[in-house]
Amino acid sequence: MCAGTNGNIVEVKGLSREFDEKKALKEVDFILPQGVVMGLVGENGAGKTTLIKHLLGLLRAQSGSVRVFGQDPVKDPVSVLSRIGYLSEDREMLDWMTLDELMAFTAAFYPDWDWKYADHLVDTFRLDRKNRICNNSRGQRAQAGLILAVAHHPDLLLLDEPSSGLDPIVRRDILSEIIHAVTDAGKTVLFSSHLLDEVERVADTVTLISGGKMILTSPMDDLLNNYREFQVKLPQTVSSFPSLPGLLRAEGKDNEWTVLVDSNPDVFKNLLQTKNIQMLSERHLSLNDIFIAKVGRPVQNDNEEF
Amino acid sequence: MKLRITPDGLPIYQQIINQVKYLAASGRLVPGDELPAIRVLAEQLLVNPNTVAKAYRELEAQGVVESRHGSGTYLSREGSPLKKKELLKALQERTDTLLAEGLQMGIELEEILELVRQRYENMQISHNKKGDK
Repeated sequence: MCAGTNGNIVEVKGLSREFDEKKALKEVDFILPQGVVMGLVGENGAGKTTLIKHLLGLLRAQSGSVRVFGQDPVKDPVSVLSRIGYLSEDREMLDWMTLDELMAFTAAFYPDWDWKYADHLVDTFRLDRKNRICNNSRGQRAQAGLILAVAHHPDLLLLDEPSSGLDPIVRRDILSEIIHAVTDAGKTVLFSSHLLDEVERVADTVTLISGGKMILTSPMDDLLNNYREFQVKLPQTVSSFPSLPGLLRAEGKDNEWTVLVDSNPDVFKNLLQTKNIQMLSERHLSLNDIFIAKVGRPVQNDNEEF
Repeated sequence: MKLRITPDGLPIYQQIINQVKYLAASGRLVPGDELPAIRVLAEQLLVNPNTVAKAYRELEAQGVVESRHGSGTYLSREGSPLKKKELLKALQERTDTLLAEGLQMGIELEEILELVRQRYENMQISHNKKGDK
């Protein structure tokens, strides 16, 4: 399997994009190494879909460069797209076809289309092959879209809000296929989602994007390990919390404060000790909490649990 | 092995580690028991296989499990190889957190100790129940 340079499947450098003078992406640098499951997280309009459309060659870079498998997806669409599986929130499909027709149509574009795998998924999802896609429910459409995205065993799976508006059962199917793609052959996955508990489960790396800018990229475990909230008690009353390395935010008054930390918590705890500050309690932050802390507002919408 | 992942902020690999330790402490996993293969557990829990691998590595480093080449991961026979002093040190931090939270809520030390005892008995009961079956 040939990746781009340095084993990176995707390399985006200095990518900017404007729509009607509104900046959708600002100087975005983005790298996706082979075998990584990257969760792309950001509010609506953050630029997630715009970034993904550049990777598919659906948008041309106005400035900066986009490389997928070391190639320019606008210049080499056939060789790039044959190795990508794509599922979007809109799930645009030729929906006057039946599932059987649509699979045959799609298979014709992909030399590596795996009928056995496609049939297995149709049975697992209990879809009706003879039913036109337009007569399907939203969940069935998503399942059909998923089959079309994965049945050629793509090296790169791009999922743009794949679970948006779906019931927990179909969301499970989608997550399960992402896991399957990784366990089976070390494929690379980029998926954007509002459902941060989903991202937390499946992604090993997270990229936060907000207002068209990259906020951070980090291994999931480091992110969840480093961000903590401490309740602390100072030896004396203060009007503002002393500035300490690793401190992201402090709220409180007098001598009782709640502080948010974004670096190694053990180092911070030692620091508290040397300053004679007593730690009352400690809490891990969820990805959702971290997002709010970094961006200042929640990711929004249907955040139901399984 | 029944594990449950919740979105409560604790990293998922840490949740797996804690729950395996709990299963071992309560006797639901006994020395020599085989843990599910990494990909099997990943697909069952719907989590990234690297996360499960990381949890298993950590459990192995702590001596809770041992992996036998080519055959899988098993709950250790001899228990943790860490020195008692090291083990107590590891618990100290969590004891501090428990005490700090409890005392801040206005719960007396004696009540906290009683709670610890109760939970211990609870754990033993669920172990014995399993043994009766």
